[in-house]
Amino acid sequence: MTVRKYALSACAVSALLALAACDQAPKAGADGLIRDPAFETKLQEQLLDAKAGDVITIPAGKYLLTKTLSLAVDGVTIRGAGMDKTVLSFAGQVSGGEGVNVTGNGVTVEDIGIEDAGGNGFKANGVKDLTLRRVRAEWTAGPNPKNGAYGLYPVQTQNLLIEDCVVKGASDAGIYVGQSRNIIVRNNRAEYNVAGIEIENSIGADVYGNTATNNTGGILVFNMPNIPVSGVGTRVYKNTVFANNTKNFAAEGAAVRSVPAGSGVLINSNDGVEVFDNDIHDNKTLNVGISSYYSTGYQTKTGIAPNFDPYPEQIYIGGNRFKGGGDSPDGQLAVLKLAMFGLKGRLPDVLWDGWRNAKVKSPEICVDNGEAQVLNIDGPNKYANPKIETSFACQPKTRLPAVVLTGALADKPAEKPATTN
Amino acid sequence: MFKRIVALGLAAALLAACSRAPDHVVFHAKDNPARLSEWGLFKVGGKTLATTDRVVVYDLATPLFSDYAQKLRTVWLPEGATATYDETNTFDFPVGTVISKTFYYPTSGTDRPGDSKVVDKTTAQTRQSGAKGLDLKNVRLVETRILVRRENGWEALPYVWNADQTDAVLARAGESIAMTFADGARKTDFVYQVPNVNQCGGCHVQDFKTRKFEPIGLKARHLNHSFDGPQGEMNQLTRLQIVNYLKGAPAPDRAPRNAVWNDTREPLEARARAYLDANCSHCHSATGAARTTGLWLRAGELDPRQLGACKPPVAAGKGTGGHTFDIVPGDPDASIMPFRLASRNAGEMMPEAGRSLVHGEGLALIREWIANMDGVCQVTGESL
Repeated sequence: MTVRKYALSACAVSALLALAACDQAPKAGADGLIRDPAFETKLQEQLLDAKAGDVITIPAGKYLLTKTLSLAVDGVTIRGAGMDKTVLSFAGQVSGGEGVNVTGNGVTVEDIGIEDAGGNGFKANGVKDLTLRRVRAEWTAGPNPKNGAYGLYPVQTQNLLIEDCVVKGASDAGIYVGQSRNIIVRNNRAEYNVAGIEIENSIGADVYGNTATNNTGGILVFNMPNIPVSGVGTRVYKNTVFANNTKNFAAEGAAVRSVPAGSGVLINSNDGVEVFDNDIHDNKTLNVGISSYYSTGYQTKTGIAPNFDPYPEQIYIGGNRFKGGGDSPDGQLAVLKLAMFGLKGRLPDVLWDGWRNAKVKSPEICVDNGEAQVLNIDGPNKYANPKIETSFACQPKTRLPAVVLTGALADKPAEKPATTN
Repeated sequence: MFKRIVALGLAAALLAACSRAPDHVVFHAKDNPARLSEWGLFKVGGKTLATTDRVVVYDLATPLFSDYAQKLRTVWLPEGATATYDETNTFDFPVGTVISKTFYYPTSGTDRPGDSKVVDKTTAQTRQSGAKGLDLKNVRLVETRILVRRENGWEALPYVWNADQTDAVLARAGESIAMTFADGARKTDFVYQVPNVNQCGGCHVQDFKTRKFEPIGLKARHLNHSFDGPQGEMNQLTRLQIVNYLKGAPAPDRAPRNAVWNDTREPLEARARAYLDANCSHCHSATGAARTTGLWLRAGELDPRQLGACKPPVAAGKGTGGHTFDIVPGDPDASIMPFRLASRNAGEMMPEAGRSLVHGEGLALIREWIANMDGVCQVTGESL
C-alpha cells in the first residue's frame, strides 16, 4: 500500500482560487480563529478526492468551519498536529448534524480537536475498523443544555478503537458507542458531560483505563428499545470514576435525562455486564447502579417494542475500590437515603431498582465486592420497602471474554483477559 | 465569498469561449465536466431555458422541501435503453441514464435575476412547472444537480449557476449562498446550501449496506399522477412508457400512488404520510442513515410505534425540544417531530441537511396529522 501524504495549507487551492483567496495569508482574528472559506472548501475537496491509504494532514491552527466536514472514502487517515494544536471549531455552524462525519471503512482520525459543533462533534455511521486516537471533542463554554449531544459518536460500527481521547461538555454523552460490535474504549478522559462514556445497544465492549469525572454519570451501559441491535457483553474495568456530580443538563426526553446527578457506573436494561477492578468514589448518588427501563420514565406499553427486554441480567460487580459517595443523592433517592440512613449516612455502593422479570428464575446479578452492599430500592412499589439485597452474593457462572480487535486494528495491544477470581 | 463567485464566473466565461455546448445529451462515462452545458441537457438562450431532444421532464406528487425552491426535474436515457419498473424501489435504470434537478426561485424588481440576493416565495402566478422549459425573465437559477448512472453505479454532481444564467459550474465541495427569502413583506435571511457530493449521499445512499447512490424520486408512488408535457397532460408512468423509457409498469390505477401533500381533497393521513415519505424516509427507513433511530417513515410503514407514536427518541440530544416521545397522539405541542421540523438550528433541525428555512405549510400538515391521532402514551415506572 502506498501512503500518499497531503499537507494541506490554507492557501493550497487551485491556481484560480488562490488568486482570489490567497493574495494574503489567512490570519487568525482577535478570537484566535482562522476564517478562510477557501480552506474549508479545499479541505472538503481533499476528503472527497482521497484514496485508500491517503493521510490528510491538517496543520496547526484553529479553523472556524461552517458545515459538516465529511469523509466517505475507505482507508483514509485524518491527522492533525495535536488535539490542542489543530482545532476545527464549528461555533456558528450553519448546516449539518455534526462537526465531522465519517462513512468510510478503515478510517483513522487522530491528533485533532473538534469544538462547539452544532450537533454531535464526530459521528461515524455504519463503518468497520474505525480508530479515534487523541481526538478532543469539546463544547468550550462548559455544561450547557444548548451544547451538542455527543462528542464522539460511532453508531452501528464494527471493530472500533477509541483511545487517549478527551471529551467535554456534551449535553448527552461524551463518548457514545451505539449499536456497535467489537469495541475497545480505553485511556480516555471524559469530563463535564451528562454521560462521560456510554455504551448503548452494543455487543462486545471493553471499557478500561478511562477517567470519568465531573459528569452527571461517569460510565453508562444502556439498552434502549425499538433499536435494531440489542446490547450484551460489556466489561468496565480498571477505570477511575469519581465525583460525577454535575447537575443533569440533558434535554428532557433524552435517555440520559433519567440519570441522577452523582452516578458513577450505571447499567440500564443491558445484559452481560461486568464492572470490576475500578476505582469508583465520591459519586454522590450511587457508585454503581443497576436499573431497568422502568426507571427511565419512558416505558410505555404502546411505544416500546414487545420483544424489548427491559431488565438488566447476568451482571457481575466485583473487586472495585469504592470510597465515599451515596451521601447526597439526587432526586427521589435523597428522601430514601434520609429515611434509611439518616442525615449523615450514605447509600450503599451498589443500587438496584428492584424491577425483575417474573418469568425468569433469577436476574443472575452477582455482587462480590468485599464490604460493598446492595440496596434494593423497590422501584416497582414506588420505593415503599427498600432493603439491603442479600440474594446477589454470588459468583458468576462464566466470565466474559476479552474483546480482540481484528484486521488492521489487531496489532494494537489488547489487555489480557480479566483475572479469574 | 464574493471574490470566489467572481472567479468562478470568470472561469466559466473563459471555458465557454473555448468550446461550444452540445445540443443533445452527452453521457460522460468517466469524466466530470466542469460545466453543466457539457451534458447537453439544456438550451439556454436569452431569457429561456429549454430541454434538449428526448429529455423528459417529470415531477413528484409530493416533493422534498428545499427552502421553498422550485425544481425542474429531468430524465434522459440513451437511445434504445429502457428502465425496469419496480413497485416499491427506484426503477432499475440502465448505464448511461442522466437525471437532473434544477433549483430556482421567482424574483421581482430586477433585470438580473441571476444576481438577485432576494428570492420570492412562489405563488400561483409565478409558479412554473418547467414541463415546457423555463421563462427566466423573473427566475433565479441556483443550482443543477446531476445523477448519472455509470458502469459502477450512480454518481452525483452539483453545479452552481453563474450570475448571467448562461451556464453552471461544478462545485463538488458544495457552496453556501447567502439569500433573503421574501414571503410578501416578510423577509428572512438564510444561507442556501448547495450540497457537497457526500451530502448528496446523505439522502441518495438509501441502503447503508450497499452504500450505493440511488435516485429517489423516480419511484412509482412519486410519479403516479398527471403532469404536463409535449404529449399534453398525462399520467407520468404512462408517459415514460410511451417514450420507451420504462417497461413492465402496470396500469396507473394498479400502481402505488402518493398523495399530493397540499391537495386538501385528499385524506389528511395520506397527505401527511406522503410528506414524511418524501422529506424523511431517505434516511428514516430500515436501511437508511437513520435506521439507527428506529423511526421509520417510508410510505409502506404500518407500525404506529415505528412511525413515532409514544416512541422515546434514541439519539436526539437537544433535538427533543424537552419532549419525551417522537409523537404524542393528539398533542403536537408535546411531540418531538414538529419541534424538529420547526427548528433552524443545526443539531436540532430535521432534516439535518437540505433546508435552512422552516416549511411552515408542511409543519402545519404534520401538526394537524398528530392532532387528529388517537391514543395516549401511558408511562409505567419513573426516573430515579
